[in-house]
Amino acid sequence: MKTGFYPGCSMKGSAREYSESLLAVARELGRELPEVPDWNCCGATAAHNIDTDLALALPARILAAAEKDGMNEVLVPCAACYSRLSVTRHELLDDEALRNKISGLVEADYQGTAKVVNIIEWLASIPDLEAWVKKPFAHRVACYYGCLLVRPPGVVKFDRPEEPQSMDLLLKKMGAEPIDWAFKTECCGAGFSVSRTDLVAKLSGLILEDAVSRGAEAVIVACPMCHLNLDMRRPQIEKQVGKKINIPVIYITQALGLAMGIPARKLGLQRHKVAVKLSPRTAES
Amino acid sequence: MARIGVFVCHCGENISATVDVKKVAEAASRIPGVAHSVEYKYMCSDPGQQMIRNAIREKNLTGVVVAACSPRMHEPTFRRACAEAGLNPFLCEMANIREHCSWVHEKSEATTHKAFDIVRTLVAKVKRNKALLPIKVPVTKTALVLGGGIAGIQASLDIANSGHKVILVEKEPSIGGHMSQLSETFPTLDCSQCILTPRMVEVAQHPNITLHSYSELESMDGFIGNFKVRIRKKARSLDEKLCTGCGLCVQKCPSKKISSEFDAGLGLRPAIYVPFPQAVPNKPVIDREHCTYYRTGKCRLCEKICPTQAIRFDQEDEIIEADIGAVVVATGFDIKHGDFFPEYGYGKYKDVIDGLQFERLASASGPTLGEIRRPSDGQVPQTVVFVACAGSRDPAKGIEYCSKICCMYTAKHAMLYKHKVHHGKPFVFYMDIRAGGKMYEEFVRRAMEEDGVQYIRSRVSRIYERGGKLVVKGADTLLGSRPLEIEADLVVLATAGVAQAGAEQLAQRLHVSFDAHKFYAEAHPKLRPVETNTAGIFLAGACQAPKDIPESVAQASGAAAKVAILFSQSELVREPLIAVVDRQAPPLYSSCVGCFLCQPSCPYQAIEKEEIRDRDGQLIKTIAKVNPGLCQGCGTCVALCRTKSIDIQGFSHEQVYAEVLALLNRGEDNV
Ligand SMILES: Cc1cc2nc3c(=O)[nH]c(=O)nc-3n(C[C@H](O)[C@H](O)[C@H](O)COP(=O)(O)OP(=O)(O)OC[C@H]3O[C@@H](n4cnc5c(N)ncnc54)[C@H](O)[C@@H]3O)c2cc1C
Ligand code: SF4
Repeated sequence: MKTGFYPGCSMKGSAREYSESLLAVARELGRELPEVPDWNCCGATAAHNIDTDLALALPARILAAAEKDGMNEVLVPCAACYSRLSVTRHELLDDEALRNKISGLVEADYQGTAKVVNIIEWLASIPDLEAWVKKPFAHRVACYYGCLLVRPPGVVKFDRPEEPQSMDLLLKKMGAEPIDWAFKTECCGAGFSVSRTDLVAKLSGLILEDAVSRGAEAVIVACPMCHLNLDMRRPQIEKQVGKKINIPVIYITQALGLAMGIPARKLGLQRHKVAVKLSPRTAES
Repeated sequence: MARIGVFVCHCGENISATVDVKKVAEAASRIPGVAHSVEYKYMCSDPGQQMIRNAIREKNLTGVVVAACSPRMHEPTFRRACAEAGLNPFLCEMANIREHCSWVHEKSEATTHKAFDIVRTLVAKVKRNKALLPIKVPVTKTALVLGGGIAGIQASLDIANSGHKVILVEKEPSIGGHMSQLSETFPTLDCSQCILTPRMVEVAQHPNITLHSYSELESMDGFIGNFKVRIRKKARSLDEKLCTGCGLCVQKCPSKKISSEFDAGLGLRPAIYVPFPQAVPNKPVIDREHCTYYRTGKCRLCEKICPTQAIRFDQEDEIIEADIGAVVVATGFDIKHGDFFPEYGYGKYKDVIDGLQFERLASASGPTLGEIRRPSDGQVPQTVVFVACAGSRDPAKGIEYCSKICCMYTAKHAMLYKHKVHHGKPFVFYMDIRAGGKMYEEFVRRAMEEDGVQYIRSRVSRIYERGGKLVVKGADTLLGSRPLEIEADLVVLATAGVAQAGAEQLAQRLHVSFDAHKFYAEAHPKLRPVETNTAGIFLAGACQAPKDIPESVAQASGAAAKVAILFSQSELVREPLIAVVDRQAPPLYSSCVGCFLCQPSCPYQAIEKEEIRDRDGQLIKTIAKVNPGLCQGCGTCVALCRTKSIDIQGFSHEQVYAEVLALLNRGEDNV
């Protein structure tokens, strides 16, 4: 079984710490994560609004490259990239004519042999994850899945689309106490971060307020876009709701890294806009 | 020499649009042995049948092939026509050139050719058909009704009133079904118990009805008119004859905190209980799972106080055997308990309930004596949200079909709430309102216009608790899909209507088919809605699909009429298409060597042993014999017989080989 890693653009830029923490954790777990050779942008939110062929061709090129390199699955930690790659694989496996057309466009014979897996699936597939936990991440956490990780159900076929549990289970394994809350899959504003920051502030504000009101100490995310909105847009959110919100937003790989005893700096915790101040049991800021 | 008549039908344009029927008839006329070949627009019409009758008489036909639709549809029609003209009906065959040809192919030479091929094979077969006589079997004039909901009650009473015996089997301690749990009923708002309980009593008192409550069907064998059933009467832990139903034991039982099934989990009952005061029979049962004595070996309080010493702790299940002529399946339905939508919080929040629970809250005999009080704290809810289609019409997460009854009962619930809590605010979230039925649309309108129920066309995305309220989120799709939140005190989910949990096992016991959702399948969706594909077994009520009371009752009376028709005959006639064992003149008597491999292979236990003896009574040999009453003509034994001594009448080896050879253009019948 060869697992490839598709970082996508965010993990090389605004979400460097997601990549850093993932690789630190993988190293500790003894898992190799070679990058998909010569990968390109998946098209993100832009391509599918403009050109359907392009929206399929960009991910298809990535998947074809992984396939050619002998990868059986591709780990796509960014939920937005995960969605694009999953949708592409789903549509091309479903429609031979379309597959041939797109294969022609990217000059590769795409077969769909490499599975697309998200970060939750990848972590859940590690046997005895509990055994790696040295310093339980003993905090009340709000697991935030966002829109794309579990949807659309027909395509991703992963967890329940409205009331998912898989991330909560992982966090329990790390020693955390996931809260029961209603905003797990509510939209944070996603790609409107730049164009409609006001909207993002409103939607993300609702999410954070609910998490705080139910006593969460941290929001756990698995998507650079969610992190960007909930963390980097915090000043706008605070302006919108008219009060200060201190709750930190932590990538699931960072939480796991802390639980495994990896130093905070190696996990990129210092890069967050909202300081990660948790009770001294596990992390320092 | 055979003289076969071939009759090719156009079926309007169903066949003639893609098959050149003229050509088929012409080509058929050249098949050796065909004495007459014609085509006609509607063979099944009266003039069409007359053509067949005339040809049989005038041309002295020895066999007939009607090339038309599926034999399922019209074989009886054409066989009857042949019989009227004096030809044995089993000398008539149908060549299906509609379902097997014209409907599934484009218009072309090849299609016409295929139609001709089909005709040719049937001509080859019919030449080898033998005149057969129908089989006669007796009818046991006792009906078994499974399920004592309103459908089973109605069917039992109708059959019993037509003068026949009925055995009614109900798995719960009382008959009544879901209707006994309802408060008031749409569209007239009459009290459910008031219209139901007189019927329940009538069942109990009817001289023709034997009621076995707390019982289930264990097994069933046989065939129409001649079923043999075994019924398991579960131990009530009580001698029913001695019990007077005084209720002392129920009052005194110390184990009182058991969730009441009848109150849909909103009330409590003791371990020895009668589900509800008007139960029929009004005799308690001991719930052994929760009874202190069965759990710990101590107590037996009920035994001590019973004035008639009716309690029997050591009672065992009893098996009752009966001969039955027909079965009415009326085992009803169930509702889904919210598992489709974890995001609605059913099971998590006490005040998110289902429709049956609301019925119990609204019922005068319910846990709140008919006051609408929410389960969590007993407060009267000021705002209630009713969610229609909770799981129905949702192929992604729930079920595809419409549960049919919930639009109506949701309107009823909102209305009842408003009648009881005048200042209360009822909201209904709906997809579409399906109120087709006499006075149904008017009923829903009344809810909106007279009782001020607010209907919001929106699906609910989530229900969660915030500050002691249940936040119901949606988007009003008639107001530009504006996101919308309502803070409710109580939420009622109209969860999907689904098949009974044990529906599949019962279907297997009865050999009846069911659909993808485990609702029992009717023989024809339009023309045979109360029959199953198994002769002698009929359907009534919501076991076939979710339905309301009027529909359930109508179907039950329909099923009862079918049973009465069956019982009006003293003998039944069955098609003789059954297996027969070869018999010959002495000295061989039969090619059967008596290995009896066939015996265990027969799914209907139809193979018996026959001893052949000489004049002095000396045994010559033992061979297999098929019981014509039991054989269903499935042919399993034919495939297994090593000496080819068993054949199916009407589908003999010879006939089938002749068909295959004709198709391969070999054999003697070629053009
Ligand atoms: C919340 C709600 C409100 C409703 N309100 C109305 C209304 O206002 N008006 C209206 O017309 N309709 C209403 N209905 C519909 C009504 O309940 C049904 O139409 C009716 O109950 C169907 O009757 P039935 O006899 O077919 O099935 P059921 O009532 O389900 O009865 C089936 C019986 O068979 C028994 N049984 C099941 N399996 C077996 C077995 N294997 N062996 C022996 N017995 C078995 C069951 O215990 C039960 O007694 C409502 C339904 C619901 C859920
Ligand atoms: S009857 Fe009404 S509420 Fe029930 S499933 Fe059909 S449309 Fe939905």
